[in-house]
Amino acid sequence: MSKTSPADRLYSKDHEWIKNNGDGTAMIGITDYAQEMLTDIVFVELPAVGKKVAQGEPVAVVESVKSVSDVYAPVSGEVIAVNQALEETPELINRDAFGEGWIAKLKLENPNEMTSLLSAADYDRLIQEEKH
Amino acid sequence: MKKTPLYEKHAALGAKIIDFGGWAMPVQYTNVIEEHKATRTASALFDICHMGEIEVRGPQAADLLQFALTRDLSGQKTGQVKLSALLNDRGGIIDDLTVYKMADDFFMLVTNATTQEADFQRIQAILDQKKFNCRMEDISGKTGKLDLQGPRAEEILQILADADLKSIRFYHFVESPVAGIPAIISRSGYTGEDGFEIYAAAEKISLIWDAMIGAGRTSGMKPAGLGARDTLRLEAGMMLNGQDMTQDMSPLEVPYGWLVDWDKDFAGKTGLVSLRDRGIAKKIAGLEMTGRGIARHGYAVKSGDKEIGMVTSGTFAPTLNKAVALAFIDTEFTAPDTEVSVVIRNTESAARVVKLPFYKRPK
Repeated sequence: MSKTSPADRLYSKDHEWIKNNGDGTAMIGITDYAQEMLTDIVFVELPAVGKKVAQGEPVAVVESVKSVSDVYAPVSGEVIAVNQALEETPELINRDAFGEGWIAKLKLENPNEMTSLLSAADYDRLIQEEKH
Repeated sequence: MKKTPLYEKHAALGAKIIDFGGWAMPVQYTNVIEEHKATRTASALFDICHMGEIEVRGPQAADLLQFALTRDLSGQKTGQVKLSALLNDRGGIIDDLTVYKMADDFFMLVTNATTQEADFQRIQAILDQKKFNCRMEDISGKTGKLDLQGPRAEEILQILADADLKSIRFYHFVESPVAGIPAIISRSGYTGEDGFEIYAAAEKISLIWDAMIGAGRTSGMKPAGLGARDTLRLEAGMMLNGQDMTQDMSPLEVPYGWLVDWDKDFAGKTGLVSLRDRGIAKKIAGLEMTGRGIARHGYAVKSGDKEIGMVTSGTFAPTLNKAVALAFIDTEFTAPDTEVSVVIRNTESAARVVKLPFYKRPK
């Protein structure tokens, strides 16, 4: 079963994480719970660098053998880098959703949007509820 | 939802349960790729109790089936299994089903779960109309079915079976106990691997399940769900009724022409002949993605700007490590090596027509 989510970042109700780099940029990805639910991820569609996304809009797609799921931008911003390694090795998300399995780096448009996200403790409570 | 006699076993194993045609079925126990690979390299055990079984008995049972189904069954021997098709009057496929010849006057039909009632009604109507001297009984509720598939299936099942399994040829069966319980052991399946389909009384099937789990423990056997069953059958180029074929499609449009015996009379022949004479506009073909992405059911297939059909089944194929699909497309584009494209989220991705099956097991 999944461990506690790392406290160094924030979470969306749709199971994305965002880690503020403190320089106006942030890394995003999906949570360990999300990869556990999806199981065997076999394809990731990454956004184009330069793409602008609004909070809550689809920014990437992850596919398991049997499912296709959108990844939503936890905040608004511009994609300034993507995790190219996922093109060849999508299972990095299964192996290390919070680390090597990051999906994109965003230049934040409105850092205030962060306040609408969940802390690690709140997110862990949310997934506990989902499990029951 | 209906539950099979093994539902509690799946729940205890932590399986993820889905609704499959009204049945609560395990889609996976751990994950699809692991279960898929276990089937290809060792063995996997599947709960297939949801499928339908119909008994046909009587002096004219063989005559009924010879007329109701498309394939010539006149040479079928006791102990032999034959795949055949059941058509509607327009020549469309109601079901692809297997015929087990138990005796000269006794057959068992194994139907898809979702079409079991339609199959029964269609064959019963033919029986009534032609007044064949035989009777049908739907035994689905009292019959359990397990599939044990994979290169080590024989070795595992032999621990529990009295019969010498080596002597059972492909698409043949014996009536012989498994774990002491009366059973039918058929060398057949839906995965592209060697393996067995085992039938026994529904109330005893969980005993066989438990015995198999025990017997397979040291051989890398895993229980596997419908997720792996689907990727396995797709790699093996096998059709799924209701998805790759519908009642509006004929055996000439799916690779089932070989199931039709044009020299005999059969239910739906008039409709099928007129479809044949009008010409077949679309056919099922195998696609391999050469561009990025995974083709999925319902995605459009194009040649240049022209839409030529749609994907009926598509997945990432774990054994082949690439994305493959079955697509129902204009006949002129079905030759192997034809370049087409699949529309994935509004973007065209390149694909190539390939010969079926995608995967053939090493001999």
